[in-house]
Amino acid sequence: MGFVTTFLFVIVVLPIAAIVWTSTGSGWSGFWEVVSSPQAVAALKLTMILSTLAVLTTAVFGTIIAWVLVRDSFRGKSVVNAIIDLPFALPTIVAGLVIMALYGPRTPIDVTIGSFQFDANLTFTRGAIYVALLFVALPFVVRTVQPVLIELDQELEDAAKSLGASNLATFRRVVLPGILPGILSGVAMAFARAVGEIGAIVLIAGNLPFKTEVASIHLFYRIEQDPEGSAAVAVVLLALSFTVLLGIGALRWLVTRHERG
Amino acid sequence: MGRLSLRFVALGYLGLLIIGPLAMMVLRTTEDLDGAWAAITDPNTVAAFKLTLLVTVIAVAVNTVFGIVCALVIVRGNIRGRGFLNAFVDLPLSLSPVIVGFSLVALYGANGWLGWFQRNGYEIIFSTPSIVLASIFVTLPFVAREVVPTLREIGTEQEQAAQTLGASGWQTFWRITLPSIRWAVVYGVVLTAARSIGEYGAVAIVSGNIEGVTQTATLRVEDAYQFAYGNYAPAYGISFVLAATAILVLLLMIVLQPKESRH
Amino acid sequence: MGRQKLVWIATVLAALVAAAAGAAATTAEKGSKAVTLNLVAYSTPRPVLTRLIEEFRKTPAGNDINIRASYGPSSAQGQAVANGLPADGVILNTGNDIIDLVDKGLINKNWDKQSYNGVVWNSVVVYGLRNGNPKKIKGWNDLTRPGVGVVTVNPFTGGIAKWNILAAYVAQRKLGKTEKQSIAYLQRFYKENVVSQDSSGSNATNTFLSGKGDVLLTFESEAINGKIPYVIPRQTMLIDVYIAAIEKSQYKTEWNAFSRYLKTYPAQKILAENGYRPVDKRAIAEFRKKFPVRAGETKINDKLLGGWQNVTKKWFDPRSSIMQRIAVSLGVPTG
Repeated sequence: MGFVTTFLFVIVVLPIAAIVWTSTGSGWSGFWEVVSSPQAVAALKLTMILSTLAVLTTAVFGTIIAWVLVRDSFRGKSVVNAIIDLPFALPTIVAGLVIMALYGPRTPIDVTIGSFQFDANLTFTRGAIYVALLFVALPFVVRTVQPVLIELDQELEDAAKSLGASNLATFRRVVLPGILPGILSGVAMAFARAVGEIGAIVLIAGNLPFKTEVASIHLFYRIEQDPEGSAAVAVVLLALSFTVLLGIGALRWLVTRHERG
Repeated sequence: MGRLSLRFVALGYLGLLIIGPLAMMVLRTTEDLDGAWAAITDPNTVAAFKLTLLVTVIAVAVNTVFGIVCALVIVRGNIRGRGFLNAFVDLPLSLSPVIVGFSLVALYGANGWLGWFQRNGYEIIFSTPSIVLASIFVTLPFVAREVVPTLREIGTEQEQAAQTLGASGWQTFWRITLPSIRWAVVYGVVLTAARSIGEYGAVAIVSGNIEGVTQTATLRVEDAYQFAYGNYAPAYGISFVLAATAILVLLLMIVLQPKESRH
Repeated sequence: MGRQKLVWIATVLAALVAAAAGAAATTAEKGSKAVTLNLVAYSTPRPVLTRLIEEFRKTPAGNDINIRASYGPSSAQGQAVANGLPADGVILNTGNDIIDLVDKGLINKNWDKQSYNGVVWNSVVVYGLRNGNPKKIKGWNDLTRPGVGVVTVNPFTGGIAKWNILAAYVAQRKLGKTEKQSIAYLQRFYKENVVSQDSSGSNATNTFLSGKGDVLLTFESEAINGKIPYVIPRQTMLIDVYIAAIEKSQYKTEWNAFSRYLKTYPAQKILAENGYRPVDKRAIAEFRKKFPVRAGETKINDKLLGGWQNVTKKWFDPRSSIMQRIAVSLGVPTG
């Protein structure tokens, strides 16, 4: 036990404490002054909005994918299952380049119908950040929903259907409550990951202040110049992450309590 | 929604998000194989691969020991504050790598709490030790998280039996406990390795980007991209190597997956 | 049981071997009796510096000297040195990055009394353009035309951005505009026309080459090396690139040997061939055609600017300065 706590202390606790300390270097007024700088606020806002959007999208599609992987069967399913983990195993900076290979400057998705031109070049737009976040978040939701789906008793669903319930109603009333804890766990982890993502974004987002600069990028380029200010923003990011995590954890606890009770 | 339409949606999403881009990257790499190969065989790139390997091996070794011990404490120990322990172990999963790197600078940098080392020639930041520390930080949870549920499931009967038969603590651990968690450990090791190889944000902040010395493979990709002058084949080339490694890791993950829980 | 043990032993052995190999690889170059210098430089000259380092090693003075280099945005690199990045010398493209290090005692305050005032090469601010210059961009007023997108660099991280801004300012002043009008020009420029502020010169080049914007404000050297068509505006800045030794270095003699080499004719010739304006007189004469001197070429000491100390305080202080105010004013609540 002693070994474990010492190890954790040195590796994790001490550095985090150092950063919190640095952020209050110029006192609390300095802290607020920096954190409320328009650029920092814009970056934090953009992070929250894009992460939320990405995570919600992933919740929907991730659940669908988990469903298909558990309930459906077709040739190559095991390969598809393996692909889900690719975003997790791939270095994030490679992920960014991979995404840009298809959605970047020389994208083959380039349609011109009459005078209407559409191409999927997302370089340096918020779209690029959104897609990058979708990419890294996917495994989190799929892998938390799958085990829950497997354990779910299909008889309940069959019973509902034999009583005449539509697929959608069955899903909403019978399946969803069962897999909700799984979805929420996945969403929480995906959100924490999305908020802090740097590697997948740094090469493709263009970091225009107020337009495509997210909090992690804002921090990344400011650490050298302004350690105290950056530490302040870092602490806020930390606090936001924790709040959301706690919130979703509480939500999950509520949901499962309802079920257990 | 019909079964087929759901399947279509799922596969379409995966195609647009993962498979399509990956295929495109492979295509781009083959457009300029010479450039890609030159980048891969550049001495600084080779040095970067070696550095990534070294750091990964150390991170894996350290966190395997930590992970097993920590899991034992969480599951078998009956100390108060186990919940806290669990939370702290999970912390690195929700931290941005930028914050990890930054916190290491705040602690070990020349102006940090433990800055004495840096100022007096014991280089931590801008040198290999900080890269190792960063990698250990971000890969901390994996082995522990894999071992905990397995340990819980196994229960203590076998170990208790061994002890009543006169086995020492160490013997019990080595011959009973360890083999029973073997596959969870291996799976955790694979995850740790994948994460460590892929680490970018924290390392970018602490490494100083010294060519041939403190550039890891991921930093090398960024480097190749930065000096690309519009020709991204070198960056794609190095990415290809890393992507191939990732796919190898994936295959290992599938093969070694603890049969019970996942899918 | 036996097989299991074997697996464990094999794994541990493999780990040890890998670790040993890795450790051996990273210490191999330290093992030699040669001196290793740490060079910290800004990003864009990496190709030419790599070449120059190679050439230096072929000279008798440079035979036993290894040089490890780190490249990145000028100001960020300067800060890193202040934070402990190992360095025996720096090559940076903004005066205040150097002055900052002088203030921290890392560079000797007489650094600019060396040959050529501490400058190792020059360049100028140019407009990188699209093939054929479809938007017919020639001067500073073209940059603020509606619909013209400009790619530049963040002035708080990269050096070229500062030169760009100063060039724009001086151009306005020399056209007869007042101080207030010139700053208003910059404000408009940043609000309407700047489409990207990358962290470093290299990143900006990539941004432009991947299709963004109509004009790339950059070093002449970068435009040449990126094979980007360019025009030198009539009013431009003469960019100084500074070289300085780090005080606490143990290898001052070796660093000075390298620094001296860079200013010799052979090295300067290589620089000129690669798009950098030499400081050596003979090389300047030889490459006069390649590097035209514009009538409106302004130096940092020009009375409109007053040298780096003044410029930094007035323009680029991250807490309070003209650029800081412009950056803040760009803020629109919903981004």
